[in-house]
Amino acid sequence: MTTVESIVDRSVTQKLETMLLIRTFEEKSAELKAAGHSPSMCTSVGQEASAVGVISALDERDLILTNHRSAGHLLARGADPNRVMAEIHGKATGYCGGKSGSLHISVKEIGVILTSTIVGGELSLATGVGLSLQMLEMQGIATVFFGDGAATEGIFHESVNLAAVWDLPVLYVCENNQWQAYVHRKETMRIDHISEWGARYGIRTATVDGNDVEAVAAAARDAVAYIRETGKPFLLETYTYRLRGHMEPDDQAYVDKEELSRWRSKDPITALERKLVTDGVLTATELAAMKETVRKKVEAAAQFAITSPYPTLDQLTAGVYA
Amino acid sequence: MTTNMITPDQAMVDGLAEEMRRDPRVITFGEGTATKHYELVEEFGRKRVRNTPLAEGIIAGTAAGAAATGLRPVVDLLFAPFLTFAMEELVNSAGKLRFISGGQFSFPMVAIARTGAGWAVGGQHNHNIESWFVHSPGIKVVMPSTAADFKGLMKSAIRDENPVMFFADIGLLHTPGEVPEGDNVVPIGKAALRREGSDVSLISYGKTVGKCLEAANLLLAEGISAEVIDLRSLKPLDEAGVLSSVLKTGRAVVVHEASGICGVGAEVAAIIAEKAFSQLKAPVVRITGPDAPPAASYPLEQAFVPQPDRIAAAARRICA
Ligand SMILES: Cc1ncc(C[n+]2csc(CCOP(=O)(O)OP(=O)(O)O)c2C)c(N)n1
Ligand SMILES: [Mg+2]
Repeated sequence: MTTVESIVDRSVTQKLETMLLIRTFEEKSAELKAAGHSPSMCTSVGQEASAVGVISALDERDLILTNHRSAGHLLARGADPNRVMAEIHGKATGYCGGKSGSLHISVKEIGVILTSTIVGGELSLATGVGLSLQMLEMQGIATVFFGDGAATEGIFHESVNLAAVWDLPVLYVCENNQWQAYVHRKETMRIDHISEWGARYGIRTATVDGNDVEAVAAAARDAVAYIRETGKPFLLETYTYRLRGHMEPDDQAYVDKEELSRWRSKDPITALERKLVTDGVLTATELAAMKETVRKKVEAAAQFAITSPYPTLDQLTAGVYA
Repeated sequence: MTTNMITPDQAMVDGLAEEMRRDPRVITFGEGTATKHYELVEEFGRKRVRNTPLAEGIIAGTAAGAAATGLRPVVDLLFAPFLTFAMEELVNSAGKLRFISGGQFSFPMVAIARTGAGWAVGGQHNHNIESWFVHSPGIKVVMPSTAADFKGLMKSAIRDENPVMFFADIGLLHTPGEVPEGDNVVPIGKAALRREGSDVSLISYGKTVGKCLEAANLLLAEGISAEVIDLRSLKPLDEAGVLSSVLKTGRAVVVHEASGICGVGAEVAAIIAEKAFSQLKAPVVRITGPDAPPAASYPLEQAFVPQPDRIAAAARRICA
């Protein structure tokens, strides 16, 4: 089993490998969905640098809250791809026994807690997690991933304001991917950066190029250091783009082609691959070997999910009450 | 009468479009409404067909405010569990301010929400919470089972002077059904007799109406004649329709996908017990979803829904 420690402060090649794992995993899930093997799910293709960069700055004490677009966060934190894939397929071997499906996967053993697919749900819970961390002197920080769309829910504003006035150790990470399901972000707000809203509540904020994993990691390290030192919240906006549709399958007919191709050319993975090979950090052969390792891992996860059993019918009502 | 084969999903939009043509005060908005219904944007323009920010509270509140002051909004709040972000606006404002203001305002608005098994997306997308609104004064609630009713009830809901919650069962939305052409308005508050029978009344709404019809077929093979009543309007509830069926058969099985406790079935059973007790040949039975959030996993999701064999078994038991 991957331990959280092993993913802290990863080298840039390790970061690339994790990003490749996320990309390959999500493309495989989409392929399996298209082939009728699983229900629909949301991918974070194009946003891998955000997940990997932020999570590389956290340590084992920290807790993570996420949402419907979570495979990147889970895998970056070291979740077992087999069990994530099995959960997407609603299988008994999934992290939530098949009860969650793709949309609300929590993995408490690696600190990914309270995942909600109610947009804004995770924001409403993050302050309480921050309060526990503060009052129980647990040392860690609560990191909450949410979208630009979630920032238009009232609960975002309530959450940030409370964290601000109670000095809660919460790292708000807004993955501003320009889309809110089938609606472009620009149709929903007059500003370009969610960090502007955060700042109005009197907390420290930053916006970073969400497609540059090293830049994200550096910004997240600064934010984490600030929170550990002051106990106060911080809002980090990773400015990025959702390259696939909202939910699989999605023909993206509503997406501006020019905008899409502009962002495709900024693909965080191709950019990093090119850089590492050019800089001599990685040879083309090593890169190919890395991709092969990842591919095998993902194929194994797919097989595991497909061949795993569904939960038994007694699970219909098991675990509703404590 | 000419009929066309149309999906309930499309039938709802057709009903909305006809009402928008008929009445310029009818407008529609929601998260992605203008993206998903571009044909409405083309016909009615971006003022009457809008995308909104991702914020259910303000969508419902805006609808209520606009309804009280001259517009007739139809808002799409996507999946029923998202309604929890709009409860204040729907329940406290739209539902109560007519009464509280001494009748100075009314709230002619429709809020659409999808619900039920069929997409394997789990308990934060699939939750049949229609009875919450039945329990809230000032609000009407409909939940159709046929394509024709999706359209006809949408038209009635838009013409109604009260806030109407329109629950769309996901499991039904993409199977085409017959829809009569023209201005076919289905009245709110009137149940539909889907199948005549004499031994037992199967009373339901939404996708379990179909399950009851299947159960009736199973029962027929054994010589039990089941009547199937589709409530389709949960408030007002067609008490007379329910009672006339039960007075005839003397037996009732009430069926719905929503959890049983304090569900619509409890109300139906109470009405029967209060008003038809002396005619009952057996206790009223409820067949419902369990007191649990629906799981995403496909087999669990399906098992949540009352299936024909379970319904038939219940009917068999009380007919024995
Ligand atoms: C309260 C609520 N409203 C609507 C939805 C449907 N929905 C799911 S994801 C989504 C878009 C979310 O956009 P954003 O917050 O930017 O996150 P992204 O999907 O872009 O990562 C919507 C509208 C939901 N799940 N919950
Ligand atoms: Mg977004």
